[in-house]
Amino acid sequence: MPIEIPKDKWAGSIKAITIGATSAEGGTRAKAVTVGGGTTMPYLQFEAPTPNKPVIAIEIKSRKPEDWSPLLAEVWGEAMADSAQWAKKAEEAGADLIVLALTVEDNPEDAVKAVKSVLGATGLPLIVWGPGQAEKDNELLVPISEATKGERLVLGICEDKNYRTIVATAMANGHLVQARAPMDVNLSKQLNILISDMGMPKDRILMDPTTGALGYGMEYGYSVMERLRLAALQGDAMTQFPMIVTPGFEAWKTKEAKVGEGVPQAWGDWKARAINWETLTAIALIESGADVVVLRHPESVKRIKEAIEELITA
Amino acid sequence: MALSGIQIYKMLPQTNCKECGFPTCLAFAMKLAAKQVELGSCPYVSEESKKQLAESAAPPIRLITLKSNGTEVKVGNEVVMFRHEKTFYNKPGLFLRVKASDPDIAKKVAQADAYKVNYVGMDFTLNGFAIEADGDASTGSAQVLSAAVKAVREVTKRPLILIGSDAAALDSSLSLLVNESTLIYAADSSNYESLADVAKKHKAVLVVKADSLDDLADLTQKIQAKGVEDMVLDLGGKNLSEWLARSTQARRLALKNFKPLGYPSIFFAAQNGLDKEAVYAAQAIAKYAGFVVIDTFAPEMIYPLLVLRENIYTDPQKPIQVQPGVYEINSPKPESPVLVTTNFSITYFAVANEVEGSGLPAWLVVTDAEGMSVLTAWAAGKFDAERIAKAIKGFDVASKVSKKRIVLPGHVAVLSGEVEEELSDWEVRVGPREAVDLPAFMKQALN
Ligand code: B12
Ligand code: SF4
Repeated sequence: MPIEIPKDKWAGSIKAITIGATSAEGGTRAKAVTVGGGTTMPYLQFEAPTPNKPVIAIEIKSRKPEDWSPLLAEVWGEAMADSAQWAKKAEEAGADLIVLALTVEDNPEDAVKAVKSVLGATGLPLIVWGPGQAEKDNELLVPISEATKGERLVLGICEDKNYRTIVATAMANGHLVQARAPMDVNLSKQLNILISDMGMPKDRILMDPTTGALGYGMEYGYSVMERLRLAALQGDAMTQFPMIVTPGFEAWKTKEAKVGEGVPQAWGDWKARAINWETLTAIALIESGADVVVLRHPESVKRIKEAIEELITA
Repeated sequence: MALSGIQIYKMLPQTNCKECGFPTCLAFAMKLAAKQVELGSCPYVSEESKKQLAESAAPPIRLITLKSNGTEVKVGNEVVMFRHEKTFYNKPGLFLRVKASDPDIAKKVAQADAYKVNYVGMDFTLNGFAIEADGDASTGSAQVLSAAVKAVREVTKRPLILIGSDAAALDSSLSLLVNESTLIYAADSSNYESLADVAKKHKAVLVVKADSLDDLADLTQKIQAKGVEDMVLDLGGKNLSEWLARSTQARRLALKNFKPLGYPSIFFAAQNGLDKEAVYAAQAIAKYAGFVVIDTFAPEMIYPLLVLRENIYTDPQKPIQVQPGVYEINSPKPESPVLVTTNFSITYFAVANEVEGSGLPAWLVVTDAEGMSVLTAWAAGKFDAERIAKAIKGFDVASKVSKKRIVLPGHVAVLSGEVEEELSDWEVRVGPREAVDLPAFMKQALN
């Protein structure tokens, strides 16, 4: 008995957005990365092919992080003290993009230097995060933006309290922005509107709906992402941006990933558990619509890469 | 599909005799549609109407219960595609597969059976075991499978799945599992008649397997015609994307009341290798599987999978919370510190477990923050100086302690000034941001 498979027909689609610019496009990247463009709920190939696969960014820092799990220190080793080295290793580990996270200790010169050295060390497109304090973010991101005009970096993280300066400089220098709202469809939408109202072209916004780690609020982010994707497909223009999420940052904050001793035996082997924590947080978010996942451990990168390849084959 | 009040009304006697306790049949029909009363309250419904109403009330995805003499697992009965539309109800059963010919089968099962892990106050375990007829058992030697079933039953009381294609071997093994509801894997177009007979004889649940949804729907109908009602679908699919497609399609069809596919599904997570097992299982949990079978007993994989399952199946309308109050950790004394937190379960247990594990005594004051985490509650105005003061006063914490000193979570350091104003006779301290650092803080800073 042939069954008629119910297919959803949507009015809207996700915008396709390109991160990074090659020399032909006014930058220096070996290759640009395009994400988004989807016209169905995630990976429903029987409705329409997935035009661009989700990509993996590896997060590195401008200074050696002292509070990262020893498991991360073990794999990245010396490279953690040198962002150019680290970026190179991240590329070897299979990253499609690099996230360079700056710290409060950085001054503008250091920060620009770090960005330049990362751009020199790898041909991958780059996302740069300020340290997360409004004034400091502006102080560091503006000179970086100017010094890298035309590279199509992603600058972040724009939040409702602090987006104007970052958006303005990104607009002036041909970069993109990462727009983060705390796990709420309307807040995401509102921030996207504010950013668009400043004149930011719509193909230069990535939205970050905020996520929690597995076991620490992940399910809220999961559902908000599904709802954002549904809203986008229904035609709501201010939700039609590709989504970037940070499962690496969240998962490696948890006790399950951070702590090896004095934890219940039922948690099992520390390293395998920590990597599973990151990998499972990431795969769940990919299933709910993430276009860019930012990870920290090379083994998670490898596993998520394999999963992505499978998900996008028809 | 659920019927409207008017549709139900048309099936009632329409005499308004009031025996159901409602003034009119229409009023009763409305209550029925809202599922607030039982059809049994009307003594005059015709058999025909009863049957029609029962069919319309049947869930779009059949509720399947596997049962042993110890525990049971229920799957199915789902009503939405996305959890935010309502909630997902019955968590997929997580089963560990063992081979009948494995000489260590009893040891392996016993170890996995004892596995228990606590997540925010809830104990999670595996739901059961799948015994696969392999070696001699798969070529028809019923003894090997029976011996394995006996050995397993001696070490676990959890429900079982029997995997095999030989009807006679399954039959004799099922005879050992009296008063249980076992899952048999799997009937296909070549063997469904004999397996359906076995399932019927033992009141077992039957997995049905085919290469396409079309064939699967044909087969479930044939099996149903043989009198088997309880079925589970093996949707096939060679990789993540194919299985996602089929699982989505089957769920959509079932929710549109397409009965031949109105059953939960089963998924084998290690089908493409052990290195992919965790990711495969994760997708299956998120995307509608009824049973997930794993091959590896590895706590470091099972714990995150159980947490993922809990997260996905948590009702989005109701965050998991604990009762506000003063919790005593490690038998605190009057001089022990007073720690303040919120009543979101994840937050409470993060703090309580940390302090408990350190062996240090403390009073943990859980404020009513409407089930939100520290920062969420702070941002929403549900965890402020006023609420904290209200909790300290309301729970009369002062009467329990000799040192009036409270410790706030580091994330809400900004509140300390206001709290000092509200609780002028208390010393207010700011603790670390993360609970992991609490024991060290308590040892160093609180003496
Ligand atoms: C899940 C989540 C939600 C969920 C709610 C979950 C819940 N039941 O609380 C939802 C989606 C509903 C939500 C809503 C909102 N959220 Co929210 N949310 C989160 C998220 C992702 C995780 C929070 C969480 O569960 N953490 C885990 C728990 C265990 O952490 P915790 O309670 O802080 O406890 C830890 C420590 O504080 C410490 N600790 C706890 N108690 C104590 C006690 C002592 C003595 C000590 C020393 C330590 C200590 O130990 C714990 C473990 O280390 C965070 C961002 C993030 N990734 O952290 C944002 C976040 C908390 N949310 C935020 C905001 C703004 C909101 C909203 C106001 C926005 C909105 N959407 O409207 C609303 C408010 C709610 C409302 N109006 O109804 C902001 C807060 C910003 C700020 N700094 O002020 C955050 C930080 C996101 C962001 N970056 O903007 N949120
Ligand atoms: S008992 Fe039945 S027939 Fe009588 S009023 Fe109620 S619904 Fe109508």
